[in-house]
Amino acid sequence: MTSLLSIVTFLPALAAAILALFLRGEDRAAQANAKWLALVATLATFAASLVLLAGFDPANPGFQFVEERPWIFGLTYKMGVDGIALPFVLLTTFLMPITILACWNVTHRVKEYMIAFLVLETLMTGVFTALDLVLFYLFFEGGLIPMFLIIGIWGGRDRIYAAFKFFLYTFLGSVLMLVAMIAMYVDAGTTDIPRLLRHSFESGPIEILGWQIVGGMQMLLWLAFFASFAVKLPMWPVHTWLPDAHVQAPTAGSVVLAAILLKMGGYGFLRFSLPMFPVASEIVAPLVFWLSAIAVVYTSLVALMQDDMKKLIAYSSVAHMGFVTMGIFAANRQGIDGAIFQMVSHGLVSGALFLCVGVIYDRMHTREIAAYGGLVNRMPAYAAVFSLFTLANLGLPGTSGFVGEFLTLVGIFQADTWVATVAATGVILSAAYALWLYRRVAFGDLIKESLKTITDMDRREKTVFAPLVAMTLLLGVYPSLVTDLIGPTVAELLSHHDAALAAAADAVPGLRLAGN
Amino acid sequence: MTRADLLTVLPEALLALAALAALMWGVFGGKDRLALPILWATAALLAALAVWIAAAGEGARTAFGGLFVDDAFARFAKVVLLAAAAAVLAMAAGVLGRRGLLRFEFPVLVALAALGMMMMVSAGDLMALYMGLELQSLALYVIAAMRRDSVRSTEAGLKYFVLGALASGLMLYGASLAYGFAGTTGFAGILEALAAGETPLGLLFGLVFLLAGLSFKVSAVPFHMWTPDVYEGAPTPVTAFFATAPKVAAMALIARLVHDAFGPAGHDWRQVVALLAVASMFLGAVAGIGQRDFKRLMAYSSIGHMGFALVGLAAGSATGVQTMLVYLAIYATMNVGVFAFILAMEREGRHLTDLASLGLLARREPTAALALMILLFSLAGVPPLLGFFAKYGVLLAAVEADMAWLALAGVIASVISAFYYIRIVYLMYFGDEGEGLDGAMTPAQKTLLVVTAAVMVAGIVNLFGIEAPAAAAAQALVR
Repeated sequence: MTSLLSIVTFLPALAAAILALFLRGEDRAAQANAKWLALVATLATFAASLVLLAGFDPANPGFQFVEERPWIFGLTYKMGVDGIALPFVLLTTFLMPITILACWNVTHRVKEYMIAFLVLETLMTGVFTALDLVLFYLFFEGGLIPMFLIIGIWGGRDRIYAAFKFFLYTFLGSVLMLVAMIAMYVDAGTTDIPRLLRHSFESGPIEILGWQIVGGMQMLLWLAFFASFAVKLPMWPVHTWLPDAHVQAPTAGSVVLAAILLKMGGYGFLRFSLPMFPVASEIVAPLVFWLSAIAVVYTSLVALMQDDMKKLIAYSSVAHMGFVTMGIFAANRQGIDGAIFQMVSHGLVSGALFLCVGVIYDRMHTREIAAYGGLVNRMPAYAAVFSLFTLANLGLPGTSGFVGEFLTLVGIFQADTWVATVAATGVILSAAYALWLYRRVAFGDLIKESLKTITDMDRREKTVFAPLVAMTLLLGVYPSLVTDLIGPTVAELLSHHDAALAAAADAVPGLRLAGN
Repeated sequence: MTRADLLTVLPEALLALAALAALMWGVFGGKDRLALPILWATAALLAALAVWIAAAGEGARTAFGGLFVDDAFARFAKVVLLAAAAAVLAMAAGVLGRRGLLRFEFPVLVALAALGMMMMVSAGDLMALYMGLELQSLALYVIAAMRRDSVRSTEAGLKYFVLGALASGLMLYGASLAYGFAGTTGFAGILEALAAGETPLGLLFGLVFLLAGLSFKVSAVPFHMWTPDVYEGAPTPVTAFFATAPKVAAMALIARLVHDAFGPAGHDWRQVVALLAVASMFLGAVAGIGQRDFKRLMAYSSIGHMGFALVGLAAGSATGVQTMLVYLAIYATMNVGVFAFILAMEREGRHLTDLASLGLLARREPTAALALMILLFSLAGVPPLLGFFAKYGVLLAAVEADMAWLALAGVIASVISAFYYIRIVYLMYFGDEGEGLDGAMTPAQKTLLVVTAAVMVAGIVNLFGIEAPAAAAAQALVR
């Protein structure tokens, strides 16, 4: 089928349109209809993406399922996936039904809530399938609108501050990318991503207002893209919007934010920064390494001190994303494989952790760690699930968290031993904050009066967690599921990257030797 | 005067005759009792003319010895401005009576202003330019003060008139300089004089004065001072008109002037236009933040948007003109939608434009709130809505013309301005519920609001095919 990707991308939007146009009323029946339609639509999308997976040839490093139609202003509507994009598409379509199921208890403006999530799914999937610069930008930025509304309408007490901070922070980061995209178009004469991947941008030093810019045009473009992706990912020190957004967002919003929206930044680095500006990436890599190492250590320490559960997990997300950036810019096979794996795994694990918070938040309406304790006594099933994801979060072997962290550390060790040493302490710190959180919430005696009547997970909640548990364990013991999928594409990316570096080695003195 | 000349100006001639006939009918017929029939007839006529011109043939014709040019560029601008004027009349119809504005002069003056605008965009000579501009301006001065017993409305009219007269003076001075140094007022003659070699300094002075005068009309900074007061003071239907058709016409006129008459001096005017663009974008973005009144906010918004349109012009290329035209079309559509909403804002029968009254609108009027939200995000230039493509186009033109700094300034300004647009969204969706609105929208208003919002979403598929006509229009202008 030639338009399979468009179907996967736009099916949720279609469902959203149906909801918006045909569903009337706010009574219980209408609410249930909205939820069921959204669930069916996301499940159908997931099924369609499985067809995608079945038809995908992992041995081919190029783009597959390519669709191309002329569009406006000389742009093309071009879609396609390669080994790097496909895991993210699947991650998105896999998590969305779970997300919808997780917000089954919402009663406030249900129809709009479902529409927002369905539109958001289309925009997120589009980010990973777009093969035209401007189309990519469209999806990338468009996601801001539904997320802004999700935080703003259904969020917590300080939702307005968080929504504005989220919107303006990421919007500012992204418009710089837009200028860079236009500059790329003018330079290369195309907005077609596969062709841009083969285009080599000028990397000789240039001078602007008396400043010598090493890496020239590549460096300027790299910085503009970095501004956008670093905010989105987020990297230290531009991560401050994330804890606010997470804490204020409703549970399902947090899940989507942590599990998928953050991955757009990492995907952007892999799709644009590294392959299109290899020289600039190489020059700035040490800076990225240290920013990442600081992120890992600093945000882990900050996480230790949190008394709000969501905030703690949000900071741990920043720390985990530090491993991702390190792995990507280490620019070797283990590093990039690990980074992608880490992103997929973090999507599952952090999403599940936010859902865990959601389960007890629904019952007690507080996220304060101090309000809990001894939950294992009344909620054994919940305690088991929560412990699994806590352990996966700290990277216990046998869970998916381990593979990503280990691979990225191996990758970074080859690039810069010191950074690897510093970052490895993050593994210990993550064990500290994660286990401490778990001890304070689940262990001990159940002495708080308010918790005496708390109930364990019901069937819906168990259904929500089952696929996540299965995938976390499966990827932990059989990581080849992901690495086989991405392997050839990553190898191709790296050989291209090394060739570009070798070609530029004369022009840019002091470039790290390629092919390490 | 030959038959061919008259055929070329047939749409304008028809509109003029219709306006005069309506005037006579109104005066000798039933005065204000006829206001609504005349209004609907005028709206229908304007819409019909837009369709006719859009369907009319290709190629360029001139009439009256080059005074009047009918080319693809003029046709594109005319269709946009006529459609906008018709839409404004249609959405004003329902509220005029309630607001004491039901005068038959209103549609007649709008028709005359539209006539002036059509002549502006077709001008091939400084004289024709001035004539069209003054016809338009005089009609606008009067309708700004249409609510005669309101201090604010008369103040708006007077302010607009005094500053407008000053701008006209500046422009006439520029025109006389141009005439003195080029020896002709015809655009073709000026073009020849410039192409001959060294640009005479006097001609450049003339150009700068002309640009200053026209900048007043599009309210580009630093000639924007009148805009917020006039927008706020004038009756809302009039403001809606000000924000759409005249802006399109004046911007098209600037494009016509700088390309048709001063094309070879591109190096000189591009700097001026770029400066106007940057100043407008930033002032529009920053000054809008503190506004509490919707109409005043829209004034700053239009200043900022005109800055963006000028970015396209500053590129000085065919792409620049093309993207500018697309920008204007999209801008007019967005403003028609937003003003359709503003027109209907009422509490206990009184019209109000306070932003605070929008608190939690989404709860009472979900459809209107959703449509307005789409329009506001589009105005802010957030993808994937059409407003983003408008901005993308002009920024692309700027970067192609080696003005990356201008594009950079544009995106920064657009982030700043995004704040006040999404602030309205915030009020509608999660603000405080104060004393809300209780008026109902007329069917025409509701239709326009919903349709323009739908256009913002659906237009991203192929821009409704306006790209090709815009390209043809640009080709006609930039040779």
